[in-house]
Amino acid sequence: MEPVTAARLTILDPTSESRPARRELLARPESIDGMTIGLLDIRKPRGDVFLDRIEQLLTERGARVMRYAKPTFTKPAPADLRHEIASQCNLVIEALAD
Amino acid sequence: MTKPVLPDGFVVVVKRECATCVMTEPVLADISRSSKLTVYTQDDASFPESVPHLHDEDLAVSWHNDIETVPTLMRIENGVEVARTVGWSRDAWRELTGLGHLGEELPVMRPGCGSLSVDPDIVDKLRAQFTGSVLTARQVEMAAAEDEFESMFNRGWTDGLPVIPPTPERVLRMLTGTTRKPDEVIALAPPDLVPLTVEKVAINAVMAGCLPEYLPWVIAALEAVCNDKFNMHGVLATTMPVGPVIVCNGPGTKRIGMNSGINVFGQGNRANMTIGRAVQLTIRNVGGGRPGEVDRATHGNPGKLSFCFAEDEDGSPFGTLATERGIPGGVDAVTVFAGEGPRCAVDQLARTPDELVTSFAACLRTVMHPKSVMAFDVILVVSPDHSRLFAEAGWDRRRILDELHSRLQIDSNTILRGVDGMAEGLPDRFRDRTVPKFRPDGILLTHAGGGAGLFSSIIAGWANGDMGSQPVTVAVKS
Repeated sequence: MEPVTAARLTILDPTSESRPARRELLARPESIDGMTIGLLDIRKPRGDVFLDRIEQLLTERGARVMRYAKPTFTKPAPADLRHEIASQCNLVIEALAD
Repeated sequence: MTKPVLPDGFVVVVKRECATCVMTEPVLADISRSSKLTVYTQDDASFPESVPHLHDEDLAVSWHNDIETVPTLMRIENGVEVARTVGWSRDAWRELTGLGHLGEELPVMRPGCGSLSVDPDIVDKLRAQFTGSVLTARQVEMAAAEDEFESMFNRGWTDGLPVIPPTPERVLRMLTGTTRKPDEVIALAPPDLVPLTVEKVAINAVMAGCLPEYLPWVIAALEAVCNDKFNMHGVLATTMPVGPVIVCNGPGTKRIGMNSGINVFGQGNRANMTIGRAVQLTIRNVGGGRPGEVDRATHGNPGKLSFCFAEDEDGSPFGTLATERGIPGGVDAVTVFAGEGPRCAVDQLARTPDELVTSFAACLRTVMHPKSVMAFDVILVVSPDHSRLFAEAGWDRRRILDELHSRLQIDSNTILRGVDGMAEGLPDRFRDRTVPKFRPDGILLTHAGGGAGLFSSIIAGWANGDMGSQPVTVAVKS
């Protein structure tokens, strides 16, 4: 008698079949003194109030602060803006507020 | 697999099970006496006994030559088919073979039978066997003891409900619903902006439970949501409860059996339930948009499984949404709208259109918050019982919308922050103005629902315009 074997089912992968590259976070800096820090306002209401205070605190600690804003909070930051921040800053803080 | 080359001369495809084929056996013998004849038999390798023949056991000859009926008689010259007739027709067989005496003893004509190669029970398997190479998605083999339904849950491929396993046979059958090539890229699927192929859409459409004839609608809806205007990325990422609401128009909605009537937003209709589901599964699986990841909705809404319906065009006194949005009448189209769940607007006592629009305006006033203005669009789904009042009074779409907007002009001092004990409201700089509840094109009027019930329905939107999501209408392509 033939051994009983269940038919094997083959299905097609419904996903993009790609996995995002994993990147390690950079080491936390010892000090922010002399560093350029970007503050990205995602354009939620009153995010500026929050960021104004953060800017003040960072400046007191010797950092140079650059301010940026997304065109709208509902959409990802445009590639050019991301490039601008990356090329001008050592660190970036993205701020959500409501 | 490459197409087998047919030998020159006459070629006939038959099967024993077909009485017409059996009847033509003497004719086949007759042809073979004077001409080069090749007979392929589909089922019984010994048939027809009186004529030399080949067994098309794997049905490759039948499949690749699109044999739909047996007997099929063809004339082949230099490897190319130059003539074909199906079933038995004495005149047609005589003309094709040039043998004027053929089949004198047979009836003038007799229809043939279905070819085995188009037998519904095996056609999917043959399609996979002979055309499966068009598929490029990774094949996942289930272990013999693996439960495929549980496995698909475990892989994170479902929306929380079971899905149909997307086997190559089912996906190829799904692809028969469109003329587009499987490798055609129809959009970049957000949020990961992955090139979205027709094949991947078909896989997810199978999983959702779609029939092949729904596939063009799924593709159109995906084209409509995957762009900067609709902003599917933002619709996913928002903490608000919205998802894509799909309004379908055109004669095709009837052809594929969509519901525009009783329980139009509810359960029970395969097309309504699975077209929206296929769109969401595609965004989830291909685009990578999953709840708790990019999808940050505080509550979401049950319509994020599928919120798709057809407009009741025949009963509408104010035309169709698609026509209003620039699609010619009679053309199939989808309109996508970032919307929350529907809610009921009751008025059982209005007997004039003025009374009814005044009621509608009061209900619409509360969209998102009674003190919120201009930030959100809305779909107003008017029921047949309500639309009758407009029809009888001769109010068209423009009139209804004008009357609504005129009743939704608000004294800003009544909706400033803090007024009526509610912190929510407009900043003080808006004091002493009249502000509209909705922007001028912010009310989308549609017609749907069962024939009884003096209720209409409101589907509120999300942040509108360039800063949020705009409704998008696209034609459905076969």
